[in-house]
Amino acid sequence: MTTFLRDTITIFSREFRPSLRNPTGLIFDMGQPLLFLFLFGSLLGGAVGSSWQWFVPGILVMMCLTGPMSAGYTLLVELIGGAMERLMVTPVNRTAMLVGKSMKAMLTLLVQAVLIIVLALPLGFELHVAGVLAGLAQLVLFSVGLGAFSFVLAIRSAPGGTLFYVVSQSIMFPLLLLSGVLLPLETAPGWLRVLGQVNPVTYIVNAQRALFSGDLGNPSVLYGTAAACVVAAIGLYLGNRAMRQGV
Amino acid sequence: MIHTRGLTRVFTMKKETVTAVKGIDLDVEAGQLVAFLGPNGAGKSTSLRMLTTLLPPTSGTALVAGHDVTREPGAVRARIGYVGQRNGAGEDQLVRDELVTQGRCYGLHPREAATRADELLDLLDLTSLAKRVPGTLSGGQRRRLDIALGLVHRPDLLFLDEPSTGLDPRSRADIWQHILRLRETYGTTLFLTTHYLEEADNMAERVVIIDGGRIIADGTAEQLKNDLAGDHITITTSTAEEAGTAAGIGGGTADGTTVRLRVAKAAAALPDYLRTLDAAGIKVTTAETIRPTLDDVFLTLTGRSLTDDDIPA
Repeated sequence: MTTFLRDTITIFSREFRPSLRNPTGLIFDMGQPLLFLFLFGSLLGGAVGSSWQWFVPGILVMMCLTGPMSAGYTLLVELIGGAMERLMVTPVNRTAMLVGKSMKAMLTLLVQAVLIIVLALPLGFELHVAGVLAGLAQLVLFSVGLGAFSFVLAIRSAPGGTLFYVVSQSIMFPLLLLSGVLLPLETAPGWLRVLGQVNPVTYIVNAQRALFSGDLGNPSVLYGTAAACVVAAIGLYLGNRAMRQGV
Repeated sequence: MIHTRGLTRVFTMKKETVTAVKGIDLDVEAGQLVAFLGPNGAGKSTSLRMLTTLLPPTSGTALVAGHDVTREPGAVRARIGYVGQRNGAGEDQLVRDELVTQGRCYGLHPREAATRADELLDLLDLTSLAKRVPGTLSGGQRRRLDIALGLVHRPDLLFLDEPSTGLDPRSRADIWQHILRLRETYGTTLFLTTHYLEEADNMAERVVIIDGGRIIADGTAEQLKNDLAGDHITITTSTAEEAGTAAGIGGGTADGTTVRLRVAKAAAALPDYLRTLDAAGIKVTTAETIRPTLDDVFLTLTGRSLTDDDIPA
């Protein structure tokens, strides 16, 4: 266990060091969510009741989908270059490698989420501390699973890499659009709502909205947490297996 | 240091099985410098990936640095160094940071890892580049960094996959200087693949040639060249008729006015041959001796040139 911990810290600090050296990159990555928050969010004002309580959690889920995907991308770059191979020849624990990399994606997401929340406060976003904390915990769980999925995808795509772009692009947008992140699904036609219901992201989004409004007892919280747990469990299982099989 | 028996690797691609390495038996003793030669697709990299635990063998066994690659990959990894074909440093990592990380991956304490990183920067003339990212280094500098990364834990056995490919002649010579010094100072066993025949010829004390997944020759460069290719004498005469006679006398072949014969030691045999021809009244216009290259060895063994990249399936 001590070597596992040591290896996790080694990999995590290796991943995180470049962000510390260049913290503005963190804000650049947030460009799109911020744009959505300010432009789209203001537009929505009349459409969905208290728009910020509705929209901020959506933006966070959106970041949760894009962030871990970029984690897979950095792994892909190291797989195509020789860095990953070099690390795989060292005795470093394979699971620690996965966990260390996921922790970086997780921490980045947390920092960005807190920033978004702080920026939304002056716009009229109401802070329900307990709900927000529970929401962030759920998001972190979800992002760990997604991150692991994107690592698996990166490993399967190497050395070419085309598969990674094709799959991540063709999956991410439907997942995003069919989850009701940007527009409410309630007014959608029946077939669209059915598609939304088989999308795990929908449950996360609903749970996040309940939590960010301070409604911790809402049943959607339970469904969302279950969805996050399932995604995390499957992702970690597959990710761990892919790492162990070697690169 | 390396002992393999029947080491085999089969790949399955689109329902088609390809045996990349077909039962390799290889023994490398401590302290040797072995060059692993072969055309592209011969199974060099696959063998190396199996020996370094990156790829599990389909069958057969390999003991590397005293441990089995399949049963104790961790023990093997802790004892070997590996410098891959591609650059090992992460693109957004500083040179020194990456060396420290590598030390931590091998279980060094943070302070030890830092000391070791500085030692290696000094050893491979990288100290002035410590705070740079790999993208800003030259090809030779990046290669030195790769070697430094492979040496962090002072391995007894270092694998190098094409360490000098793609470098200009000066950087190649520089890399070789570092490799040879390593061996002199620490007695490191070196196992490397290379594309450059003259490198294998000049530097390695043992050359192992692989083709089609099998080892087809193994020995010192001198042995291989003497046994499998031999020296040649080439002379030209003024007429084709004289060439025919000269070929008859020497036991060689004539092609126009050129005569070519294979002998044990060309430099010693040439004066004798010329005297004999002189006595027979044959006028020789040019004469030269040709020492074989490892490419000639490969040509003798397979009928193909090692430098051809098109390998028939």
